[in-house]
Amino acid sequence: MPHKTFFWFILPTGLAMILFIGLPIVSSFFQSLHIETEQILMEVENCDPFGCKTNVRVDVEATEKLRQENPLGRFNGFGTYTDRNHLAFDEIGEAWNTSSSIGEFKDIVLNLPFYKALLFTLTFCFAVTPPVIILGFIVALSVNTLSKIIKGFIVFGTILPMIVTPLIGSLVLFWMIDSQGIIGASIQILFDDPNLSLKASSNLTWITLIIYGIWHNTPFAFVVFYAALQTVPQDPIEAAYIDGASRYQRVRYIVIPHLYPVATFIMLICLMDNFRVFEPIIGFSAEGVAQSLSWMIYQDLRNENKMLFGSAGATSMLTIIGIAFLLTPVLIRTWKEFRTER
Amino acid sequence: MDTKLNKYSKQLIIFNGIFILFWLTISIFPFLWTLWGSFKVKADFFSRAEWTYALTGFNTLIETGATTTVKAYVESWFEGEFWRASLNTMIVTVSVVSISLFLGTLGAYALSRSTYKYTFYILIAALIFRAMPHITLVSGYLFPFFQLNIWGILPTTIIVLVAINQPFTLWLLYSFFKTVPKELDESALIDGCSYFQAFRYIIMPVMWPGVVTAGLFSMMLAYNDFTVTALLLNQQNYTMVPKINAFLGTIEHGGNYMWAVSSVVSATAPLFMIIWFFQRQLISGLTAGAVKG
Repeated sequence: MPHKTFFWFILPTGLAMILFIGLPIVSSFFQSLHIETEQILMEVENCDPFGCKTNVRVDVEATEKLRQENPLGRFNGFGTYTDRNHLAFDEIGEAWNTSSSIGEFKDIVLNLPFYKALLFTLTFCFAVTPPVIILGFIVALSVNTLSKIIKGFIVFGTILPMIVTPLIGSLVLFWMIDSQGIIGASIQILFDDPNLSLKASSNLTWITLIIYGIWHNTPFAFVVFYAALQTVPQDPIEAAYIDGASRYQRVRYIVIPHLYPVATFIMLICLMDNFRVFEPIIGFSAEGVAQSLSWMIYQDLRNENKMLFGSAGATSMLTIIGIAFLLTPVLIRTWKEFRTER
Repeated sequence: MDTKLNKYSKQLIIFNGIFILFWLTISIFPFLWTLWGSFKVKADFFSRAEWTYALTGFNTLIETGATTTVKAYVESWFEGEFWRASLNTMIVTVSVVSISLFLGTLGAYALSRSTYKYTFYILIAALIFRAMPHITLVSGYLFPFFQLNIWGILPTTIIVLVAINQPFTLWLLYSFFKTVPKELDESALIDGCSYFQAFRYIIMPVMWPGVVTAGLFSMMLAYNDFTVTALLLNQQNYTMVPKINAFLGTIEHGGNYMWAVSSVVSATAPLFMIIWFFQRQLISGLTAGAVKG
């Protein structure tokens, strides 16, 4: 295809992607270098019969004027990145100097907002992915043995948790585990503890969120494994059968090795998608004990009157760096695939 | 030979059946439970005293005089203006699907037919774009949109969702067009068609299976989106998902809580129906590119 024709074909989609994916990233970075203008304070003298007092108050007019002139705020360089709410270099340095043991140091660091969110995000990613792969594989094996007639319905039922948006999915589960919902109440009766609530302790909330993550992601692993199972060559399996291999041995030594590349693919996609975990936190009302990086950005932006563009931009950039680490293997894989195709 | 290979022992069949039943319970039951509970009052759906109330509708009977009630539905749709939210969702979904398919088919066709190296870099760029968390993009949108005064309205959100959707659509349609034989449109070119004519008269009639799959994914993204719609739309223009979240924000009095429950059912039911019809296309799309090895 000549360059010119190609250009006109690709122009609309290319323009859309550059304007609304490429530029926002640049804009986000630009915002992260700025910080909201400070309020201009002025001294006012208040006199009454008992004497005069000077009060400091906000000069609303001047502040407003400055904001109008400079809506993005003032230039702050990388200041936002290193402040207490992000990488917190000063706080870490201080903690290193003052804490007496590694444990204490770790406690201080993990209580800083950014590191707390990072810890949850990573824990979520790495706790959800392995069970998803194992469970997805087992379900796929199991569905694969069923007869065609009921397969359609069962596949449909299996993929439901993936189809609904995470917010709705987590709400549906949240209502059941609520201390007054069916599962929550049953657990209380089971353990004979009327105060037991999955929302009460932070560990239980984390576990709930992770279970939700597994519930939501397993269907994806299932679908991919299920499709891959159809491509497993039959000849080696027959040969193994003739040689007397049991069903377990056939799965272990023929099917699983065939599915390794697929499993890596699922793992990478799963890690990448879960790194953005955000909606379940809102659905489960878990903001108090579990914050993720995406949730931090949302928090900065949700207040219409006072959006912290700088802070949100800085967290966004740090999130993108995290994504870049997870994305590199995918890119390398795609690169290789392309090379072999050509 | 083949029959013997696929013959399962009795224990395996039983074990397998139990496992499938168990799995289906986990994946379907929460939805059925919510559907059932949405026809009850709050005191039943969240009944601390006795969970069987949710089944029998004990308090529903006392409060409304029948064991099931559509009160929550009627109230959320009219008083809570959920009808407006679903109308917005419909507008957003239809526009996003049609625009993104239009852009995507053109782009993906060109990518699949060009032999130059830059196609590769465009696809890699699309892959990187696909990985960007939506919330980081939103944090980049808000400030310029406020300055340009285009925040809060549906067209902005539609364009944003189309753009966010493009990388995936491009990849999906690219791998689909690769399976359409080149000879088809090449012969048309030799006969004197331009590339646009070849696309219009030769490719368009055969591209529908791929387009349906890509359309399905665009639909799911637009229909399900929370991050973009919650932050880029104002309250009046909310689509269904942020609307449900807004119902939860005003949590405390019982009525609104059941509004959210009934709205969840109203929002999920149409989606499930569509997926039921297009299940096969959905699965073929999910596995495209994954199973090559």
